[in-house]
Amino acid sequence: MPTRASRHIVQNEPLLFEVSSPGKQGCQLPPLDVPAVELAGARAEVPDFPEISELEVIRHFTRLSTWNYGVDTGLYPLGSCTMKYNPRINEAVTRLEGLGDGHPLQSAALARGALRIMDLLAQYLLEITGMEAITLQPAAGAQGELTGILLVREALAARGDARRKVLIPDSAHGTNPATAAIAGYQVENLKSNAAGTVDMASLEKQMTGEVAALMLTNPNTLGIFEQDIHRIADLVHERGGMLYMDGANMNALVGRSRPGDFGVDVMHLNLHKTFSTPHGGGGPGAGPVAVKRELEPYLPIPALTRRNGEPALDYDRPRSIGRVRAFYGNFGMFTRALAYIMANGCDGLKQTTEDAVLNANYLRKKLEGAYALPYPTPSMHEVVFSDAAQAPHGVRTGDVAKRLIDYGFHPYTVSFPLVVRGAMMIEPTESASQAEMDEFVEAMLAIAEEAKTQPELVTGAPHTTKIGRLDEVAAARQPRLRWQPSR
Amino acid sequence: MSYPSDYRYTTEHEWVAPKGKTARIGITDFAQHQLGDIVFVELPPVGTPLVAGQAFGTVESVKAVSEVFSPVSGKIVAINEALVKSPELINQDPHGTAWMVEAELDGEVPAKLMDTKAYEQFVAEAEAAH
Amino acid sequence: MLDDLGLDSVDALFRHIPEYCRLTRPLDIPKGKSEAEILDFFRAAARDNAPGFTSFLGAGAYQHYRPVHIDTLVSRGEWFTAYTPYQPEISQGTLQSIFEFQTMICQLTGQEVANAGVYDGSTALLEACMMAARVTGRDGLVVARSVHPQYREVLRTLTRSREFPIAEVGYLPSGRLDLDGLRAAVSASTAAVAVQSPNFFGTIEDWEQAAAIAHAAGALLVAVIADPVSLGLLPAPAAADIVAMELQGFGIPVGFGGPYAGILACRETFVRSLPGRLVGEARDAEGRRGFVLTLATREQHIRREKATSNICTNQALCALMASIFMATYGKQGLRELAQQNLAKAAYAAAACRGAGLEVLFPAPRFHEFVVKPRRAPAELEAACARERLIPGLPLGRYYPELEGALLVCATEIIPRAELDRLAAALAA
Repeated sequence: MPTRASRHIVQNEPLLFEVSSPGKQGCQLPPLDVPAVELAGARAEVPDFPEISELEVIRHFTRLSTWNYGVDTGLYPLGSCTMKYNPRINEAVTRLEGLGDGHPLQSAALARGALRIMDLLAQYLLEITGMEAITLQPAAGAQGELTGILLVREALAARGDARRKVLIPDSAHGTNPATAAIAGYQVENLKSNAAGTVDMASLEKQMTGEVAALMLTNPNTLGIFEQDIHRIADLVHERGGMLYMDGANMNALVGRSRPGDFGVDVMHLNLHKTFSTPHGGGGPGAGPVAVKRELEPYLPIPALTRRNGEPALDYDRPRSIGRVRAFYGNFGMFTRALAYIMANGCDGLKQTTEDAVLNANYLRKKLEGAYALPYPTPSMHEVVFSDAAQAPHGVRTGDVAKRLIDYGFHPYTVSFPLVVRGAMMIEPTESASQAEMDEFVEAMLAIAEEAKTQPELVTGAPHTTKIGRLDEVAAARQPRLRWQPSR
Repeated sequence: MSYPSDYRYTTEHEWVAPKGKTARIGITDFAQHQLGDIVFVELPPVGTPLVAGQAFGTVESVKAVSEVFSPVSGKIVAINEALVKSPELINQDPHGTAWMVEAELDGEVPAKLMDTKAYEQFVAEAEAAH
Repeated sequence: MLDDLGLDSVDALFRHIPEYCRLTRPLDIPKGKSEAEILDFFRAAARDNAPGFTSFLGAGAYQHYRPVHIDTLVSRGEWFTAYTPYQPEISQGTLQSIFEFQTMICQLTGQEVANAGVYDGSTALLEACMMAARVTGRDGLVVARSVHPQYREVLRTLTRSREFPIAEVGYLPSGRLDLDGLRAAVSASTAAVAVQSPNFFGTIEDWEQAAAIAHAAGALLVAVIADPVSLGLLPAPAAADIVAMELQGFGIPVGFGGPYAGILACRETFVRSLPGRLVGEARDAEGRRGFVLTLATREQHIRREKATSNICTNQALCALMASIFMATYGKQGLRELAQQNLAKAAYAAAACRGAGLEVLFPAPRFHEFVVKPRRAPAELEAACARERLIPGLPLGRYYPELEGALLVCATEIIPRAELDRLAAALAA
């Protein structure tokens, strides 16, 4: 069986504190050109803080990096995360002098370029979503959700119709209920139907005058487009609520379908998913929130506007919910996302969506004999299998995932969405080539076979990594969350 | 593991062992199996009132959190400190040393709680459903 | 591939989408551009942002020297194209670096636990206050007016739905927190007292006095730190219960305000109430040391509506920049760096006084100070711009009583001659 993985030398590397030795320093400051000043009550030193040379710093963080797997390493079919290629041009433009070092409090006259970038990105995102106004300020998807729900809350209060509940389908990301709760709402679960989509009968019953919003992901976390989206939106609106869309899965829609056209009132985008800004090992992201007209007055300050045709910031917005983050948000993500949109253009963006959907359907077709497909509904940009065929052999989704590592692939998303028992959520994105997907398919089929014939090979995986499965139970019972010197 | 015959059980898989005016409360063997290795138990302080059917504490495994609902109404008079220190007791001895709280009862144990036989059947059905 | 799927065209893959949901025209976005064209666009934009100006702006975004190898290292694809380390066997690089990060933050802050990061300093303050509310079972917040005004705005916005009462405490003519005012503002319903040091005016506060007042009322002290470089010299906020810190000063580009990273650090007893990711040490079956995300049951993907926060990401790449910065400067370098900042600001303030200007707030300060220039801010700004100088932040927008005053920041990167040039410009 061919595999993408082979062994090579991996350096061991202790903790920074274990390589530290007194007196070393990784950089030198220029001599102080003004008189030194004494500060009364200054601390003597930072105890145990590392002391290492520049080369040691380089080796340390280089060695550590080799223990990671990134999109640059290989296929990263992590469902719901849209692990697409992160173009280098994005990085280059972000670090240009005048952008990477611009100060957020420079007056507008000295930040005209930065404002132009924000304005153009905002304009493009509105065109892509079909929405009517936007804020770029939220720092990540989850903060975008919170911003969006606070906007809903404000708009409903202005209608004199404050409400106390938010409806959330059982297939939703965990951030949705957490957000609604933090915004002060009671969370009510909405069950999915046999097709994996919103059950209209339940919605009909649960969408009462107490419900402020329905938080929907479309396509949902099963990778399924909500066929009834128009009826859903109409029902929510008729009953006086608002439709929030979690834009995590926009990679299935860009250039093909616009939330603004199918009844969404407010949504967030994840620039780190759909618009190729890097995931960075867990952030930073960026979560712009796009809205319909009714919600515009409540957008965070400063809001993007135009004055005499020039992009500007508007602080004078009495109905605004206020700031959700210091300064303007993750500007460095705006430059990256804008570079991505410019590089693709209208034609490329549409093709990206088509390729992402084609790739997911290709994997679905190739794997559906070996793995159970809980929902036969057509897939968009991702497909969710389950471990139902492997479980009788004692092999679960987490085991198959670990075994994929031995074959040289990053695993899919394990055990999510929660509505599928033993879920395997696969999202190849448009970046995967057919050859790469064929290798992935071969690996998945080989693992399905191993699950039957030598299940312990799968349940004991991975076998080729620097470390084996870690004892997470012991780690949680006696947490060690920092290094301490053995004195 | 067998279910003690003098305990009563809830549909949320808690047990209660009444003894005169007080009762000990814990979670069942079925519950601990569902949760896996328990890493943390959170209990309210002594003196906290209990309301039948309402959550009073949580047990956590590495990747799941479960609320524990009180089978009875009353007031907590003791909590199991040994369990807080060694949550793994729940996996080892769920019906014995891993009791969670001791309560002073307000009146009788609710009649709707299952006896051992009913609970065993309830668990058998739950297992068959999987 | 279409043949494999038995489809005639890619349109077939979208046929199940109801017709009214389909976009039938091209997006109104220009066709794809080449790298060279994209670079041209951004270079032109960058030129309109005052590149090469000498800037005395600070106020929560600080220009410190970033050793060049920070970008060399974080540009490795294994760092920046990886996802959250949910698969520890192939994420040990990220996990070990976060463990080291948490350790260094504890060493700097004198706290026992630090999380892997939150969005920035402003949201760190918010999360710290919410955490204090969970720990104490109270909801009152008492916040110093000398905490960064934008941090306070964020706190107000994101707590409004839950109606946390927020009281603000003023500052004395010395620039320091009004401790008597604080004593009067705390009560039995106060969950948190939030104090920043160095505060927004650059003045250094006394953590222990603030902690004593908070603790006497049964409240927690939230220590807000806007520039971590200050901890090279200033005492650790060990008296605080929760530390909410912005890390940008540790090698994260100023970059028009983000992305940055914030952190929360606290006592071990509060760890279950701490939001955000945590990395812990673990062993595999052969006893080898590794690191994992741990205590995840606090988080949204497990606890959903009962989570400690809805936060998902931890600004990992920014935290990595901070780690490399900390490891590079190290114990001696960080101290020296802080001393240089202290000295530059002291020199600049003296130069302003020497030019006959009023420098407000005499209490000890770190690398920022407040000064009254001769000209009105708008006029001054325009004149300075012609000399490629950004003199500081006019405070009137945030503190009406300080209309006409300027917040000036002088870090180690500003040469002496430029400090003199600033004093002359302000006195003109």
